[in-house]
Amino acid sequence: MAELLKVSGLETQFRTREGIVHAVNGVSFALKEGETLGIVGESGCGKSVSMMSMLGLIPNPPGKVVAGEALFEGADLLKMNNEQIRKVRGSKISVVFQDPMTSFNPVLTIGDQTAEPFRIHTGAGKKEAIERAIKYLDLVGIPNAKDRVNEYPHQFSGGMRQRVMIAMGLICEPQILIADEPTTALDVTIQAQIIELVKRLRDELGMAIIWITHDLGIIAGLADRVNVMYGGYIIETAPVKDIYSNPQHPYTIGLLGSLPRMDEMEYRRLTSIDGLPPTLLEKPSYCPFEPRCKYAVERCRKENPTLMQVEGEGHFAACWVNPKTGKEY
Amino acid sequence: MTDKQVLLRVENLYKHFPIKKGGIFSRQTGYIHAVDGVSFDIYNGETLGLVGESGCGKSTTGRTILQLHRPTAGNVFFEGDDLSKLKGGKLRHKRRDLQMIFQDPYASLNPRMTVGQIIAEPMEIHGTYKGSAQLKRVQELLQLVGLNSAFANRYPHEFSGGQRQRIGVARALALEPKLIVCDEPISALDVSIQAQIVNLLEDLQESLGLTYLFIAHDLSMVRHISDRIAVMYLGIVVELAGRNELYTNPAHPYTQALLSAVPFPDPFVEEKRQRIILEGDVPSPANPPSGCRFRTRCRYAKEICAVEKPEFRQISEEHYVACHFSLEKK
Repeated sequence: MAELLKVSGLETQFRTREGIVHAVNGVSFALKEGETLGIVGESGCGKSVSMMSMLGLIPNPPGKVVAGEALFEGADLLKMNNEQIRKVRGSKISVVFQDPMTSFNPVLTIGDQTAEPFRIHTGAGKKEAIERAIKYLDLVGIPNAKDRVNEYPHQFSGGMRQRVMIAMGLICEPQILIADEPTTALDVTIQAQIIELVKRLRDELGMAIIWITHDLGIIAGLADRVNVMYGGYIIETAPVKDIYSNPQHPYTIGLLGSLPRMDEMEYRRLTSIDGLPPTLLEKPSYCPFEPRCKYAVERCRKENPTLMQVEGEGHFAACWVNPKTGKEY
Repeated sequence: MTDKQVLLRVENLYKHFPIKKGGIFSRQTGYIHAVDGVSFDIYNGETLGLVGESGCGKSTTGRTILQLHRPTAGNVFFEGDDLSKLKGGKLRHKRRDLQMIFQDPYASLNPRMTVGQIIAEPMEIHGTYKGSAQLKRVQELLQLVGLNSAFANRYPHEFSGGQRQRIGVARALALEPKLIVCDEPISALDVSIQAQIVNLLEDLQESLGLTYLFIAHDLSMVRHISDRIAVMYLGIVVELAGRNELYTNPAHPYTQALLSAVPFPDPFVEEKRQRIILEGDVPSPANPPSGCRFRTRCRYAKEICAVEKPEFRQISEEHYVACHFSLEKK
């Protein structure tokens, strides 16, 4: 499969009253056609910021993309002016946001809002656009879409609104759909509906998906590949099965150990990760996970590891220590 | 658990909130049936998990047990006393034994009080510790929840979410309670911090002999921490069973769907899983469906479900379910 998107060395900073926050510190990854990439991490690890930086959605000031490159169809997204990136955003790369309650305009009908990206990007007339909106609302499982296009967001439940968000993201048939925690605000049974829907649409439409989440459970059944982020870095990347069966970075290991599993019959004490995530007021000069890491050695306090090939094909981890032996590589 | 002593008994608990329309001359137009006839026991020293989706009435149940909401009907017996009948000083005195940990550690600590004042407030109100003994007790409690005892002079904004939740736990422990209602104590926290708080709660239970009512929507975490689990849907408990029994033998169609909706952090399992996907949304608690509450989304629903309310019956030892068909299906 050909590479659709190639991001390298992406760095984003925010100016705050406390100082400069180094939110993203050099993120590099590639997305292949039709691939589903999961990006996992805790709040403040830079997972959303790195995606929003790519699409020029970081408000400046206070935010600023200070370095990096994001190649999409031979052009660098980061070098585009507003006019150019607007042509990409919503048509070739679209985003589904987390909160279906606040992402809609309450005074416009669902039909108008769903059709809006299509009208803007193709210049289609209202009638044609609404018809297309009905088609996509139908596709995402809105019952009676023909009538419901005339309703307003408050007449839709949370799960239904998230379906509309997805329809809006798909209406221009994008090559990449970025889903930024699209199910976090929803109940588990509704979350299951949305995940099944996205799987079906991916198989039907064949777009690539970047799914941002803090929940390792969700992407286990969804992603082809997973990037784990911590402190503004990708600290581990691997095919989905390798990440879960053979995690190589102490943070990933800790994260998996801290999750209870439904199928455990015997009680097992959760392995918690002590300490707190970094504040990122300084760009880490050594491993950002070192203060919380139980494998840390002298080198971890001096040098920041970059992604290195570890056991398994396409499996990379940014750690000086092999957690299996407890020794340096 | 060898000796099963009932610590708290909830009997037919109802809590309805009035819906009002209009401004000055507001009329009452109906009720939100938040809790609609809930009964269960909590045994001494156990953790009872209360799980359900948003709006199912699980938090209201917890608050009504503590008499933070007065029940519309029903009784709450705690060590033989009916809390729903107690008032004023007597109720306040009983509250020493029943404490609560809240969901949002950012909203449940007064920003203008120091951590020491926050933890000492219950002791101040109940007059249990005073002066230097109080100070000592605050430091003890801080250490107990894994915080530095020097933190007593700091303010809540200086702490992270996980640390704040520890302060909330210390406050709940200040009066040496017997039962703690934990209302989604970890859902506002990051994954790696969640495990820290859960482990802390488990350690405290073991060392202090606490009993928990653990309210949450995350079924895998509830299953981890609980001895028995009650599943709520639209104001009623639809199923109650031991943690393993509920997972291996779910008898209510809603429990089955809920279990199958929980994602597993394991791609090998996820590959083979068949999901039961519930259609539609939860009906409004202002106007719940007749008969069985779940029938509008149930794949087994028959005529009887719309007519008759299923009884909450026992199907095996410590396994209760409210469904007309749960026996026949097996």
